[in-house]
Amino acid sequence: MVIDRQARLVEVESWGDYFLFTLDSPEIAAQARPGQFLMIRVSETTQPLLRRPISLHNAEGNRLQIFFQVAGEGTRLLSLKKTGQCLDLIGPLGKGFNVRPEFRDREIYCVGGGRGIAPLYYLGKELRAAGARPVIFYGGRRAGDLPLRNRLESAGFEVLVSTDDGSAGFPGFVTSLVEEELKKRKPAFLYACGPDPMMEKLAETCRRENLPAEFSLESIMGCGFGACWGCVKKIRMDGQEKYLKVCQDGPVFSLEEIVWQEKEHG
Amino acid sequence: MVDLSVDLGFLKLKNPVLAASGTFGYGLEFKPFYDLELLGGFVVKGLYLKPREGNRPPRLVETPSGLINSIGLQGIGVEAFCREILPELAGLKTAVIVNVCGEEEDEYARVAEYLSRHRGIAALELNISCPNVREGGRCPAQSPEATHRTVKKVKQVTSLPLITKLSPNVTDITAVALAAEEAGTEAISLINTLLAMAIDLETRKPRLGNIMGGLSGPAIKPIALRMVFQVARAVKVPVIGMGGIFSAEDALEFMMAGAAAVQVGTANFVDPDACLKIIRGLETWAEKHGIKKISEVTGSLQL
Repeated sequence: MVIDRQARLVEVESWGDYFLFTLDSPEIAAQARPGQFLMIRVSETTQPLLRRPISLHNAEGNRLQIFFQVAGEGTRLLSLKKTGQCLDLIGPLGKGFNVRPEFRDREIYCVGGGRGIAPLYYLGKELRAAGARPVIFYGGRRAGDLPLRNRLESAGFEVLVSTDDGSAGFPGFVTSLVEEELKKRKPAFLYACGPDPMMEKLAETCRRENLPAEFSLESIMGCGFGACWGCVKKIRMDGQEKYLKVCQDGPVFSLEEIVWQEKEHG
Repeated sequence: MVDLSVDLGFLKLKNPVLAASGTFGYGLEFKPFYDLELLGGFVVKGLYLKPREGNRPPRLVETPSGLINSIGLQGIGVEAFCREILPELAGLKTAVIVNVCGEEEDEYARVAEYLSRHRGIAALELNISCPNVREGGRCPAQSPEATHRTVKKVKQVTSLPLITKLSPNVTDITAVALAAEEAGTEAISLINTLLAMAIDLETRKPRLGNIMGGLSGPAIKPIALRMVFQVARAVKVPVIGMGGIFSAEDALEFMMAGAAAVQVGTANFVDPDACLKIIRGLETWAEKHGIKKISEVTGSLQL
């Protein structure tokens, strides 16, 4: 975990609201693992005040990649950064996905909804390096919400896509697509990242199918490194339910650990 | 060479910058970023006798130049702190201050008593001002009488110096400060967060699970500064100022208004090394202004 205030933005790709940044940040890249994230300063003033947590999309050599969607003022400001500018990063943060040796030669489902696809490229690479066969499920509202499809396919991954409006791939939710595939073949494990309703549905499916899984959760974060206790979610641990920090104890939690019925906003 | 040290009477600090409770974890969270011994000191997160669950999420919402939190003092409790964390902090050459909480007056005293039996603690900060743990944001620091009773009770069970942390959610903060002083507090720190809220227009629900929370950050600095000014003129004990300090210039304003030392809070989230930047900034400012001892700045406001 380091602060890198000189992470040069070397490449920007964009598709509408979606952005893929390539950053030069050797120290963070050397420590990074799939499922970890960065806290990025988006403003030089106090507005907005907090850094933004952004998932790592890839790390290779001296370089990091992040993939994000403009979802508010923070990500809008981030999207305005230009090639050559330096970003102020803290990272890598959190605990990433656990890739196990017994995944060798097994199929592993990686399910991403919308911008939740971000960490699955990196995860897919690690799975492949471990001898596993990742199958990437990529769901979006419409065809335009699947900007990473080509990139994933060019990397040689098996990619199954779905759109809510049927404009590309399987018509319907990505959770239904997963259900359909499960009728044909059973993977050894499932990873997911996306909106809570998507992951909650997947958790149901996994429990029914007795399929072990890990989910990457999202939360509003104050600091990203465990100091503020602001990002907690209810987690089951040692038979007890308690609020654990998404930033430090997560953002990746296992199927058994997550307490989904904790509805926020009452 | 500027002398950055300050003497609070009961405690000498190598510089006037402390990291504020609730924003600095138990201290260890910041070890990856810098040497904690560079700080004047730090105040660890508030402790009750037992572990505490905290409030339901969401616990954070950003507002213009500010942050509302409703953490609710989630924490490991004083026993686990003394067993697992304190041994790692006790050897540090910096002031380790522990923030003391309680459901009622008795618990404050029991937590203070428990801590007093351990080595490595420079002072206690009495947290009678958290807006997130009682119905309607209430806290003992809203009443001079409750403040007096709590300070007195804690003073009876501990020989550690006591810093009483005040709430801004009052009509007359000087009355509360005087009550704390009269009950024997060695110092006063202020301000805790301002009771606040935010609403989601689409769902028409509060943005915080706990409905209300405490506002911190640059947005509250002018109010905090005014209250530090008022309290510093009213009491004789040293005043530790805080509320939206993000730069050395902010810290200097609080010192001119009468603060002997300052605490840096929300800034630690944005820049984990915010305290260090402020310490360096104080030195640079003093050099530029030909000031040999930073403590000369305290109370130097020209009226």
